[in-house]
Amino acid sequence: MTKAGTGTTVAADAPAPALRIPRRRGIELALIVLAVLLSVYGYCAVGLARHDAVPPGAMGYGAGLGVLALLAHLTVRLRAPYADPLLLPIGVLLNGLGLVLIYRLDLQTPGDRAAPAQLVWSTLGVALFIVVVAALRDHRVLQRYAYVCVAAALVLLTLPILFPAVNGARIWIRIAGFSIQPGEFAKVLLAVFFAAYLAANRSALAYAGRCIWRLQFPTGRVLGPVVAIWLLSVCVLILERDLGTSLLFFGLFVVMLYVATGRTGWIAVGLLLATLGAVAVGRMEPHVAARIHDWLHPFASIDAGQGPGQLAQSLFAFAAGGMLGTGLGLGHSPLIGFAVKSDFILATAGEELGLLGLTAIFLLYALLVERGYRAGLALRDPFGRLLAVGLASIVALQVFVIAGGVTGLIPLTGMAMPFLAQGGSSVVTNWAIVALLIRVSDSARRQYDGRVAP
Amino acid sequence: MTRHIRNAAAFCALLLVALLLNASRIQVVQAPAYDDNPANRRQSIARYGQPRGDILVGGRPVTGSEDTGEQLRYERTYANGPLYAPVTGFASQEYGTSFLEHAEDGTLSGTDPMLSPFPLWSDLTRAQNPGGDVVTTLDAAAQQAAYKGLGARTGAVAALEPATGRILALVSTPSYDPESLSGNGPSVTRSWLGLNEDPARPMLNRAARQTYPPGSTFKVVTAAAALDAGVIRHVDRPTRSPDPYVLPGTTTPLRNAAEGCRNASLRVAFERSCNTVFAKLGVDVGVTGMAATAQAFGFNDPGLRIPYPVSPSSFDTRVDRAQLALSSIGQYNTRATPLQMAMVSAAVANRGQLREPYLVERTTTNRGATVFTAGARPVRQAMLPSTAARLRELMRGVVEDGTGTNAAIPGATVGGKTGTAQHGIGNTGVPYAWFVSWAQAEDELEPRVAVAVVVEEDAAAHRGHISGAGVAAPIARAVMAAVLRS
Repeated sequence: MTKAGTGTTVAADAPAPALRIPRRRGIELALIVLAVLLSVYGYCAVGLARHDAVPPGAMGYGAGLGVLALLAHLTVRLRAPYADPLLLPIGVLLNGLGLVLIYRLDLQTPGDRAAPAQLVWSTLGVALFIVVVAALRDHRVLQRYAYVCVAAALVLLTLPILFPAVNGARIWIRIAGFSIQPGEFAKVLLAVFFAAYLAANRSALAYAGRCIWRLQFPTGRVLGPVVAIWLLSVCVLILERDLGTSLLFFGLFVVMLYVATGRTGWIAVGLLLATLGAVAVGRMEPHVAARIHDWLHPFASIDAGQGPGQLAQSLFAFAAGGMLGTGLGLGHSPLIGFAVKSDFILATAGEELGLLGLTAIFLLYALLVERGYRAGLALRDPFGRLLAVGLASIVALQVFVIAGGVTGLIPLTGMAMPFLAQGGSSVVTNWAIVALLIRVSDSARRQYDGRVAP
Repeated sequence: MTRHIRNAAAFCALLLVALLLNASRIQVVQAPAYDDNPANRRQSIARYGQPRGDILVGGRPVTGSEDTGEQLRYERTYANGPLYAPVTGFASQEYGTSFLEHAEDGTLSGTDPMLSPFPLWSDLTRAQNPGGDVVTTLDAAAQQAAYKGLGARTGAVAALEPATGRILALVSTPSYDPESLSGNGPSVTRSWLGLNEDPARPMLNRAARQTYPPGSTFKVVTAAAALDAGVIRHVDRPTRSPDPYVLPGTTTPLRNAAEGCRNASLRVAFERSCNTVFAKLGVDVGVTGMAATAQAFGFNDPGLRIPYPVSPSSFDTRVDRAQLALSSIGQYNTRATPLQMAMVSAAVANRGQLREPYLVERTTTNRGATVFTAGARPVRQAMLPSTAARLRELMRGVVEDGTGTNAAIPGATVGGKTGTAQHGIGNTGVPYAWFVSWAQAEDELEPRVAVAVVVEEDAAAHRGHISGAGVAAPIARAVMAAVLRS
């Protein structure tokens, strides 16, 4: 079926130039089927492990995920036929696995079921994916809306200040029983703005300005707006106490500046600002100081006789997984307690799928990022390149910040594991990122001229 | 720009490598340390996630497991807790384990690798073995008889099979129900504190973990030493001992409760329990000979396990002659567990051969396949066979026409020795009533059971009435009769 599909699409496009790259939509379909089957298998494995029976909703879950994935696939086939065939299957598999893990944790927290809501959010996410892929015919259109994007991003970032803090962070807004994290959407909008702005001003940024000890610094005129917006967003985030997102924005900003200008001076400025910011925040915010203390001494609360803290429980969960894991549904990650389905979802994966499963998940993310970078390399317009790199970097940085946090590599900052973690805004945003990457990679491969392999 | 995109990609690859290395560090390198961290509940959850194996007496489990549905799922139950408490001990989620529950924990909890048919495969799949069972040597009827015999009194009974060393009964009163410690939570904490603060000390295993002055029952050991050393050659010849006997090097006279001890023969002295004769015999044997015989019976041995450790009984080897005289009649620093005195009686009954006592006959998997069998235990010649034969005669005399007639069983040969041990400063403490004995059915070739009984009398009003013959001998008789019937 795969071959037939590929064959027909290629045949239909017969008059195209010989240099045109194969579309590979059949491979995408096959991989999507595999991803859905893997998710259904995980779902059944959880049921068999916990209740010795295939869970009653297995068919419905598989059918729902399958229909969503097929609709997305059809959209891609119709509106972005040259898109990278790996992006969509990776999104489906990670989202399916996330649903399995949340369902598995729901079984041990019957009072707080999150999987149904997550399925609804995933549906919304896929719907947004379809809308973006179908409506956005060319990514360059976005360049026109750069300042709309940044205004929207700032509004979204400031909105939660008006709502009460939840669990120490002021990043949620509650509307009609749904809690939404507007900062999640803001990061895509900011990436679009950064890409557009840097693409327009990159010559000025790269080649003007003065030189201080072999490092070339840009002029204040072009730097001003960018730094102002960046400072504003970081201030807002510190006020809202969402350090993970703050770190993500900062990293995104530095990476995109570096790619746009190629100036190592940006990295120096970035590191300097990061160090200053970290020291200042660490001094001012007891909340942050406590996080750093937890990171350096995860077992301090045990020694103090207060039992293991969240990070210690998370480390215990990873350790219990070992090489091969306990098997889905057989671990004890609910011991982590609060945020086990969101920030700490990776601990469940680590315990029940082991180092092997965890590595596979990391490699899926790495592949997603790699496909984004590859699309960026293949494109010829600076905006598209920067957008692809920015979107891929959002995923990479976000995975690093939260995965590094729960495994004790860096201080823990609350953030959602893309696609895996419970959280509607996050899932919807990640589907938007995949949609934009699909659109960008479609352009990249459509204009393929045989020089750089996309 | 292309080069910078590649550099940024390389940076992302670096982040990936850092994540993978760190994950390996935690999940492989540090994992054993994290798994064993006492704050990590996973081992407890796994341990209590399956029913614990059972402890069997006479083929029937005396323990069980109850599914509580809590995080630590299974809790221990006991069919007849107080009766078997000195054997089973407790298995608490809060306070650990004791006695057999502790010594056989690997089998009962299923962690013993021997329980697994394919240990390597089990390691790989992390399969947990179901808990195995522990089959004890106890005789349910003897245990019941001993517990009933002690009743409301404070005391202990130990009974052995002389030819093998199998422990047939091990009872301590007052007792407690170990089930009250099984779970976790405030009620268990309350029980634990209550039991520990109880002045009657119900959690004390008096049969194996408490030593008492053995009093006159120790005269069996002194007689064996005297016969082995050749100090006495004929049990019916006068021993040339005065009454009262002045302790050597002092002016303190030692007297008897009984009449006719002056110059009495060993047989008469044994039947009447003459202090003067045995004090002099001990001194005549000397400290080296006395210590050698006492140690051959198991005194001063801190290494005895049944399989849980038994408190060592003691015979002081650094004594002057006056102290040796007192030690030889079971006073001064001589102390023995009831189990130790049962071993003394068993050695006499088994031609001078002492078999190390044990409680666990075998352990099995939950399906009944044998994992471990006790097999033949080490044997030690505690005294010459001829000495043992003479002592059996002397002990029979005690029951047939001496101080121990209360222990006689129709249709069986019974030998015994009474004892009433004084203790406390100036002997102000309540005396302990002792009785050690063995019994052989008429139609059998060798004695089937050896028993030691000790009773602490707690009411001062009973002073003067307490004696091995009156209180302890009937209990011993009931236990022996129960064994002979079965």
